[in-house]
Amino acid sequence: SVQAHKEEDNPLNTMEANGLAPVPDSYDYDLIVIGGGSGGLAAAKEAAKYEKKVMVLDFVTPTPQGSSWGLGGTCVNVGCIPKKLMHQAALLGQALQDSRKFGWQFTEEVKHNWMTMTEAVQNYIGSLNWGYRVALRDTKVTYENAYGEFVGPHTIKATNKKGIEKLYTAARFIIATGERPRYLGIPGDKEYCISSDDLFSLPYCPGKTLVVGASYVALECAGFLAGLGLDVTVMVRSILLRGFDQDMANKIGEYMKEHGVKFIREFVPIKVEQVEEGTPGILKVTAKSTTGDQMIEGEYNTVLLAIGRDPCTRKIGLDKVGVNINEKTGKIPVNDEEQTNVPHIYAVGDILQGKLELTPVAIQAGRLLVRRLYAGETTKCDYVNVPTTVFTPLEYGACGYSEETAVEKFGEENIEVYHSNFWPLEWTVPSRDNNKCYAKIICNIQDNERVIGFHVLGPNAGEVTQGFAAAIKCGLTKEQLDSTIGIHPVCAEV
Amino acid sequence: GKNEYDLLVIGGGSGGLACAKEAAQFGRKVAVLDYVEPSPRGTTWGLGGTCVNVGCIPKKLMHQAALLGSALKDAQHYGWNMSQPVHHTWSVMAQGVQNYVKSLNWGHRVQLQDKKVKYFNIKGRFSDPHTVRGLTKAGKETVVTADNIVIATGGRPKYPTHITGALEYGITSDDLFWLKESPGKTLPSFVLYVSLECAGFLTGIGLDTTVMMRSIPLRGFDQASHISKKKQICFTTQQQMASLVTEHMESYGTKFLKRCIPTKVEKLKNNRLQVTWKNADLNTEETDSFDTVMWAVGRVPDTKTLNLETVGVKTNSETGKIIVDASEATSVPHIYAVGDITEGRPELTPTAIAAGKLLAQRLFGHSSELMDYDSVPTTVFTPLEYGCVGLSEEAAVQCHGSDNIEVYHAYYKPLEFTVAERDATQCYVKMVCLREREQRILGLHFIGPNAGEVIQGFALGIKCGATYPQLMKTVGIHPTCAEEVTKLHITKRSGLDATVTGC
Repeated sequence: SVQAHKEEDNPLNTMEANGLAPVPDSYDYDLIVIGGGSGGLAAAKEAAKYEKKVMVLDFVTPTPQGSSWGLGGTCVNVGCIPKKLMHQAALLGQALQDSRKFGWQFTEEVKHNWMTMTEAVQNYIGSLNWGYRVALRDTKVTYENAYGEFVGPHTIKATNKKGIEKLYTAARFIIATGERPRYLGIPGDKEYCISSDDLFSLPYCPGKTLVVGASYVALECAGFLAGLGLDVTVMVRSILLRGFDQDMANKIGEYMKEHGVKFIREFVPIKVEQVEEGTPGILKVTAKSTTGDQMIEGEYNTVLLAIGRDPCTRKIGLDKVGVNINEKTGKIPVNDEEQTNVPHIYAVGDILQGKLELTPVAIQAGRLLVRRLYAGETTKCDYVNVPTTVFTPLEYGACGYSEETAVEKFGEENIEVYHSNFWPLEWTVPSRDNNKCYAKIICNIQDNERVIGFHVLGPNAGEVTQGFAAAIKCGLTKEQLDSTIGIHPVCAEV
Repeated sequence: GKNEYDLLVIGGGSGGLACAKEAAQFGRKVAVLDYVEPSPRGTTWGLGGTCVNVGCIPKKLMHQAALLGSALKDAQHYGWNMSQPVHHTWSVMAQGVQNYVKSLNWGHRVQLQDKKVKYFNIKGRFSDPHTVRGLTKAGKETVVTADNIVIATGGRPKYPTHITGALEYGITSDDLFWLKESPGKTLPSFVLYVSLECAGFLTGIGLDTTVMMRSIPLRGFDQASHISKKKQICFTTQQQMASLVTEHMESYGTKFLKRCIPTKVEKLKNNRLQVTWKNADLNTEETDSFDTVMWAVGRVPDTKTLNLETVGVKTNSETGKIIVDASEATSVPHIYAVGDITEGRPELTPTAIAAGKLLAQRLFGHSSELMDYDSVPTTVFTPLEYGCVGLSEEAAVQCHGSDNIEVYHAYYKPLEFTVAERDATQCYVKMVCLREREQRILGLHFIGPNAGEVIQGFALGIKCGATYPQLMKTVGIHPTCAEEVTKLHITKRSGLDATVTGC
């Protein structure tokens, strides 16, 4: 058997597996990274730079609908990348409308072809998957498309698609398994509903869609689907974008409503039934009010669940090696050096408790961790003032405190909020909304009016926000902001 | 009372209006004179100055029209079923743009009225240090006296009058934005940012466009060469960035006639224009015909008719610009100047506005804050935009020596270009830092989409004394182009390939 073969090759590892003290030099690898996503790959490639023997295990358990994907993790396959590309497709739809006012002539109503877009997006993703495999090969990182789980303090069992198991040992481990979308736990959810894991490779146009949830995933997906011309409804249990500045969240919702997205507030689905089979078919959703007994029904071609994501930490043998996880959320608590309670086991990315679920954060954390482990560096990942952007139809960029948390932390009388609506110049000629774009900064009066929060709602919010984040990192004050000249005419000068 | 007004502003453009409105906030009696001498072609416009009427605003809108042309091409890749090619109608765009500009003219008049600033549509000239006279269009003479006077008359495009036919047959940016009909096959001549921006959007809307350039693109403005090294605006002698921008334009369809000097322009029987030029490389004379010839050879300050000599306001003999000190004061007490007309200042709307406001605050608001012209960010809105703040690489080398600076750079590909199958060869970002100690950032340069949006925030960072390590600690926003700035790590010195490869 494979196992016997392995033991013969590494008799010393068997000693260790039998409870004897491990002999460091006999590990198969210096580092095994479980999870080939943003954090995992960044860490692995960095470790290879220091000539460490590294292995990456990556495996995608297919979704209930059967979707799967290649190396690269959430961001590349079912997150940031396809999301932004589809958002761009929707923005181009808007550009088509604007272009007429700028002199471009076409009389026909332009329709969107889902398959053309999805194929192009998937082709691009495929090239990224390939690129990662080549990068790992070039940096001599061993890659296995296998599901990894701990079976001993320094031993991982890797199971591939065909069910073949292999054992590997390493001095250190980095867990970077990320998350997967949560299901509602109601009748028909796994059978008939899809998630973001399925949406970006859906081989047919989703048609009339119900998006369940109010997370940024829900709003971004609802946003671009509507932008492509589809009939979209969002079912929200309570508030939009929990955890984000609520003032901004409401503006985002208002904008989406005004641009054709329907909202059903304070309802949760209790069952999903199939009315007609097909691609797409017709589904009937029954929902119950959260404030009373009212029930409603609706028919949709597609139901997209976007109610949250759960860490992939329950079935990777963490109990066997004593790594603590938060039982309720599944997240892994780590210290400020990304170390779990087991000294030689680390974790990065979305699975971390209390950290932001963002690709650049995972990459930064992974790289710095490896430099501390193998290059003698001491820099820790700076999780403070990390900028983000929500790519809803009206984009929202933010860095630092929301207004609510600033008030909570410093007291209303100690903060000053400066704000302004603005009208992007490019929206004037096509007569687009003239009072929807908005920017605000929150300053700490007691600390020289230091800018502690930055929020902007408008086109290219990500591009605008990035530089401000750098400035905030440098301790930007209101006075310095005022004395900086604007670039004219751009949105960022507001 | 001696003088009728506390403040008289001559020139209702960005600087002038900002100053006037700020002064009015302090309860002062303020008057503004604004007058537009028609261009040789007869083009004229309303209140608001260059930026609003014949500068930034119409420029950016027409640039947007061109960008939308690219978007229409991209859209097909993203699944939108469009029949290509799509044609552009100049008059629809021009009307949209002109209507918007007119609404701004109106808005400015209403604002002045609301703030109780008196507005005269007259062309003023000094008769003594506190008195300005002018004639209305109807020929009526008006006399205005004021305690303080601010000159903010801006500039107008230069004509290369030594070239036969240049004045009779060529147009300038003053005319381009107000054309009712398409300029057709156009030749914007010489290379300043105005020329490249105009050539860019003309190409983008489908017109056959050729740029004729004497030497290198984006050569420093005459004015810029007078700025001290410390305050040098970033696009002086930007060889590398300039060639990337023009390379992109070439692949985009704009034709360039390099090292060519026009010698004459003649009108043909069919009303087209025949341009003759000398090709310095081949030492030959060449000729071609165009529908429109646009001159973008620089701008000259509008001071000739002000009668400055009478009151003793000193100007730079070479440039004609008004010499001012750090408080915007001229050589005559109580006479000030702001905006494009002042010597040694960047010719930008936001600096004029800021300078105008601060001046009013110093005159009437007991402030002593001076305008800071350091590290002013700008953007050139060519088809592939170029935004920058701080020192150019050349200026940094000149200031500190090449051993003391480190240049980080990267060639990146905007995500949106992938599916659209667009060429990103010239998308590039470069950061110039001091090499020692904290590695303070001296300059940042970015070529790519939405360059202005990207650079603005970083300009703030530079104002705060941002260092390379601080920038590296800033987490990127994914996926954007701006995040590439936070990921810069390859130096020019290393000679390594600076192409960004995946996440």
